[in-house]
Amino acid sequence: MADSHAASPLAHQFEDLEQQQEAASLGMWVFLATEVMFFGGLFAGYTIYRNLYPPGFEAGSHMLNVTIGAINTAVLICSSLTMALAVRAAQMGKRNALVTFLILTTALGLAFVLIKLTLEWRHDYLEGLAPGLNFTFAGPDAKSLELFFCFYFIMTGVHALHMMVGVGVLSVLLVQAWKGHFGPNHFNAVETAGLYWHFVDIVWIFLFPLLYLIGGRY
Amino acid sequence: MQDHLVPKSLYFLIFGSLMALTALTTGMAYVDMGQWNTIVALIIAGCKATLVALFFMHLRWSPRLMRVVLLSALLWLAILISLTTTDFFSRDWTPIPEGWEESSLVRPPIPPGNLISQVLKPSLHRYLSALGVPPRASSS
Repeated sequence: MADSHAASPLAHQFEDLEQQQEAASLGMWVFLATEVMFFGGLFAGYTIYRNLYPPGFEAGSHMLNVTIGAINTAVLICSSLTMALAVRAAQMGKRNALVTFLILTTALGLAFVLIKLTLEWRHDYLEGLAPGLNFTFAGPDAKSLELFFCFYFIMTGVHALHMMVGVGVLSVLLVQAWKGHFGPNHFNAVETAGLYWHFVDIVWIFLFPLLYLIGGRY
Repeated sequence: MQDHLVPKSLYFLIFGSLMALTALTTGMAYVDMGQWNTIVALIIAGCKATLVALFFMHLRWSPRLMRVVLLSALLWLAILISLTTTDFFSRDWTPIPEGWEESSLVRPPIPPGNLISQVLKPSLHRYLSALGVPPRASSS
């Protein structure tokens, strides 16, 4: 099977396609383990400072727009669905479905970042809630509120950066899919990009309640 | 091949559950449950993350090696968070001993510019006088 074609999908260092597939996925999982630690440091810092300064962090959380946050969560979950369907299309060798789902996933990812940028970050900046750039809030707990917004901008900013990297990866895959690179024996790139995309979704699944909901809205 | 083909209907079922859980966690934020608000929000987030990992990321059908990698990442994350928080929140439990500030171990810091004139030169003079060499008279 391996030496039947010159352009075999099986690289020569692997025994068979299954081993090749597992090696690719394992590599991505190990990378994601490092990403867990990367975001974990931010989550640990957030946990500590939220517990040290509860009033400022709750006040800051109440200044965020829950509706936009929930809509963005839905956008990301939709993009995860289309990504999963894209991997499925690649597994079945359906080129047109793969291209369609990759376009949808990229578009939803861009929509997420655009909503974040235009409706949230821009608004927070204009309201004087951007530490270091324009922070004019002078109410009670102003210092710990500033700390909350430091965490908010860095955590959502790093997450949005991951989204943009994902959009870049998906764009490359889109071109390759358009040219018909992928097939039932050759979809590792789509599968591993999917793992990355779903991981970034999971990070947001935790960011949304921690930043927008904790402290309650009642 | 490992390419376990997941039925489309299962993906849509997971998608529906994730959307429902998002609505649930948003709604629960408007109910006053005291400390439980945080716990409920984190439990729901954990359920959503588990659904994504098991089905969208195919962990349910993956070899055990991938699960070991994920679990080791979560174990290290638990160590990171638990050790850091136990340090921070137990610092006030033991009293600070009285009068430790006046300890002779605590010296005032030496300004960097005075290092030569106040530390190195006097110690050199002490060393030389101990050897019996008289210090030179010419000094600024």
